[in-house]
Amino acid sequence: MTEDKKEFWRWTESNWKNPDMEWKDAQFISVGIDVGSVSSQAVIMADGQVLAYGNMRTGSDSPNSARNALNFAMEALGDMPEDRMDYCIGTGYGRVNVPFADRTITEIACHARGANFIYGPNVRTVLDVGGQDIKAIQCDEKGKVTNFLMNDKCAAGTGRGMEVFADMLGVSIQEVGDRSFEFKGEEPPAVSSTCVVYAKSEAAGLLRMGWAREKVLAAYCKAMAERIYSLVERVGVKSEFAVTGGMAKNRGVMDRIMPLIGMDRLTTPWDTQIAGAVGAALFSHALCMKGKGRKK
Amino acid sequence: MLANYGYKDASGDYFITIDTDKCNGCGDCAAVCPVDLFAGMDEDPNDPLRVEPVAIVAGTKKNKVKYECNPCKPEANRPPLPCVAACATAAISHSW
Repeated sequence: MTEDKKEFWRWTESNWKNPDMEWKDAQFISVGIDVGSVSSQAVIMADGQVLAYGNMRTGSDSPNSARNALNFAMEALGDMPEDRMDYCIGTGYGRVNVPFADRTITEIACHARGANFIYGPNVRTVLDVGGQDIKAIQCDEKGKVTNFLMNDKCAAGTGRGMEVFADMLGVSIQEVGDRSFEFKGEEPPAVSSTCVVYAKSEAAGLLRMGWAREKVLAAYCKAMAERIYSLVERVGVKSEFAVTGGMAKNRGVMDRIMPLIGMDRLTTPWDTQIAGAVGAALFSHALCMKGKGRKK
Repeated sequence: MLANYGYKDASGDYFITIDTDKCNGCGDCAAVCPVDLFAGMDEDPNDPLRVEPVAIVAGTKKNKVKYECNPCKPEANRPPLPCVAACATAAISHSW
């Protein structure tokens, strides 16, 4: 008998290069590295426009994760020498462990700035659902934070919680959203536990009672939506509303939050996971313009 | 900027809010706090382009404010909290 080692939580890593730009034409190359608890991103910008990015899983070693993410982005870029980088800012949970960063900035500031870039200047409320925390941020038209709240005390309502669930139910993390809507019948009530560990036991109980996997997923997505909404509510929602982080790709949770919030969320062709690193790269560019770059 | 430090759990909302537009970084709150909740006056980590210092809740304390602040909140009808009373610009508020 062979053991099935399929990893249902595993999401696709990606890197990208802007086909319309060349690093050789740029005056300033600024870099933002976002080392999160689950994923790490590196964004390379040329004069304030995204040139390339890499998005990959964080390992157990933050300095390596930062390095890997940067290498991944550089790979997409091809032949740019690393000393062409003018300024690099580290952000995210592991920001103190980016050895080649010139300075660090909190992810709150970076996500607001990044969302402002990705979704446009009309964004006033940014919800970032990351690997192990939730951030609700209000910002002005320049992407400056005006009010924020971060919950990093518990994993309820975070990406990690969803990974645990996907793994338990044997549903690939990328299919969770769609599968949670495949259940035919009345929408089940939300799982009553907010804690990931208890919710997992509760779900095991529901499966034993004969609930379909899709129904359990629907109940868990609903619970996550309610949990996330209770935090957003505290900061308050102003139009327009945008979501960043990996959870923005999960329709199961997002489509259940929107009715609670009562407005639509903005959409974007960008990968929502890179928002923090985009913000860091933008700050990096701003500091370059102030003459703080060109360390060589 | 309203900086909300704290968390929400099944027993309630525990947030200390510092209005950084009002805070002038004088440090009076840190001086009176019996548990050193405030990490000191430093440049605002959430507003990198701001220069003036601002009061910050220590990263090691923000996820246990319910317990850290408990000694100053002995009863429902309590006297003004030392940090709130000390703040001349009324920048600090508690959610519970």
